Amino acid sequence: MPRTLFDKIWDAHVVDRLEDGTCVLYIDRHLVHEVTSPQAFEGLRMAGRKVRRVENTIAVVDHNVPTDADRLKGVNEPESKLQIETLEQNVAEFGVTYFPMSDARQGIVHVVGPEQGISLPGMTIVCGDSHTSTHGAMGALAFGIGTSEVEHVLATQTLLQKPAKNMLVRVDGKLAPGVTGKDIVLAIIGKIGTAGGTGHVIEFAGEAIRSLDMAGRLTVCNMAIEAGARAGLIAPDETTFAYIKGRPFAPKGKDFEAAVNYWKTLPSDEGAHYDKVVVLDAAEIAPEVTWGTNPEAVIPITGTVPNPADEPDETKRAQMERMLSYMDLKPGQKIAGTKVDVVFIGSCTNSRIEDLRQAAAVAKGKHVAPGVRALVVPGSGLVKKQAEEEGTAQILIDAGFEWREAGCSMCLGMNPDKLTPGQRCASTSNRNFEGRQGPGGRTHLLSPGMAAAAAVTGALTDVRELI
Amino acid sequence: MDKFTTLTAVAAPLNVANVDTDKIIPARFLKTIKRTGLGKSLFADMRYNADGSEKADFVLNQEKYRKAQILVAGDNFGCGSSREHAPWALLDFGIRCVIAPSFADIFFNNCFKNGILPIRLPEDVCAKLMDDAALGTNARLTVDLERQVVVRPNGEEFAFNVDPFCKHCLLNGLDDIGLTLEHTAAIDAYEARQPSWQPKIHGA
Ligand code: SF4
Repeated sequence: MPRTLFDKIWDAHVVDRLEDGTCVLYIDRHLVHEVTSPQAFEGLRMAGRKVRRVENTIAVVDHNVPTDADRLKGVNEPESKLQIETLEQNVAEFGVTYFPMSDARQGIVHVVGPEQGISLPGMTIVCGDSHTSTHGAMGALAFGIGTSEVEHVLATQTLLQKPAKNMLVRVDGKLAPGVTGKDIVLAIIGKIGTAGGTGHVIEFAGEAIRSLDMAGRLTVCNMAIEAGARAGLIAPDETTFAYIKGRPFAPKGKDFEAAVNYWKTLPSDEGAHYDKVVVLDAAEIAPEVTWGTNPEAVIPITGTVPNPADEPDETKRAQMERMLSYMDLKPGQKIAGTKVDVVFIGSCTNSRIEDLRQAAAVAKGKHVAPGVRALVVPGSGLVKKQAEEEGTAQILIDAGFEWREAGCSMCLGMNPDKLTPGQRCASTSNRNFEGRQGPGGRTHLLSPGMAAAAAVTGALTDVRELI
Repeated sequence: MDKFTTLTAVAAPLNVANVDTDKIIPARFLKTIKRTGLGKSLFADMRYNADGSEKADFVLNQEKYRKAQILVAGDNFGCGSSREHAPWALLDFGIRCVIAPSFADIFFNNCFKNGILPIRLPEDVCAKLMDDAALGTNARLTVDLERQVVVRPNGEEFAFNVDPFCKHCLLNGLDDIGLTLEHTAAIDAYEARQPSWQPKIHGA
């Protein structure tokens, strides 16, 4: 029977099957960070258990590390400090490989995994963080888990799981200039909604997806979770193999060849069954921007803020009204031209070197508008270093952007980088819920180029006018 | 993990759709290294004013719902971030059962792992239960997991579905890890079969 990419990875990892169809699923890679692991290690210790396979496990600090240049002098915030220290004690006690703040390889866990060659095609990858879906761009089955499951994987190297359903999202045709992976995924979420993928693993396919570089693909899979999916997947191809070759933890020499031979068997078979299929035309996707407080409230930058009065469903209408009031926007107003206070370029969605280059291309020779605070937070210490060496960082610094250390930063209100109440932010992150970037903060999700355009003009702006 | 068999309790109505895990427990309360003590921060932004005082109109601040053990919620409850602090916060408050027309996947699974029973019921049924819940302490709902029914104060019963394995674990208070460790031989065998090119992560 023809199988999908998801089916193949799943089948290859079933260790055992319980009567009711629940599978004991083997986990190849377990990424651990400071926020969702303390209680899991606590549980292991209480039960006298060990980490079953330290060679499948890697730990990194990202969520609540400060991102200022002085951070190695110490973390001020007591609770963040406690979580970081607790992780350090746990990795030492249990023997897990760890990238601390002082290590250039430190960064956001979903940037670090692919960058280090830790996340590879055909693998099962988990992490106590919903954006683990990111690694699906490598052609791996990657999904977020809760802390109980973190403990379960640490203790058993497996999870108890039932297979998800298969969903195919195909983006046909070619992308217009200025349109990126971020715009594709925002457009997809706008079309299928934040519950559109519930219960499914979404495989992203089609010419527009194939044409993306790995950074763009990682962005798309990153936000599969915002479409409600359990995971996102993109079939591995020559772009994937070229990206992996030579990365520190990737197979080398003969092993690499053997791996590629296996990886080439992974793409979905002709005629494989999908429970749901959605098709988009790339030519119809513009640079997108969210106007509301969930990622499905998205419009093209050329669009206008929708009017709740046009919404027949009462609950939805009330929700729209609430979103408009929170975001301080008027129905029918053009979204372009909306003034911003803060610009955030970073997060596991858009903090890779390619993303920073997109921003630099727009900002080059221009300056951040007066009154706007613009931050660039590279996804890892190595991205930062590369940007500094190749001059991307200097372009952004010259344009008046703050250039910071790697971490989650202003993606979530958990570390010193936060919005203040009422501030409006053009952000390359993935979530625009109320208060996500700080209590009362207003978030507009968009691509790195669009974020840079907002920074230099001081307002939401069609990036295509600047390139 | 505490067993879940039959629960008769006050149900709190929270008739809001898309209550995400940021609403259930805002990110700023995640910096804990323990599983307990989060109940006071449950729904913090909906429940407290900026100065820390209670918002009188929020359901859990009303006297009759302070001891609620069941939550009747709106569509897509628990969407957003996968933080398990969300079920921990509910549990620490005392909630053992959430009833809604739909749930986000990760949250739904996390509930079972923490001894909370999430129940999906059709929208019209949830509307009736929401009406019951609005009666506060005058109306208690009964959730019978063995029989898989929710019983209204008037005796009317609604059947619900639950994964048999999750049901078994909840009824017996079984922890997943213990169950999985019964498969150790199969895990050993699987690891022995892994291809030799598969790289290992070793100390840096
Ligand atoms: S960058 Fe944001 S979304 Fe990504 S892992 Fe960090 S907090 Fe989560």
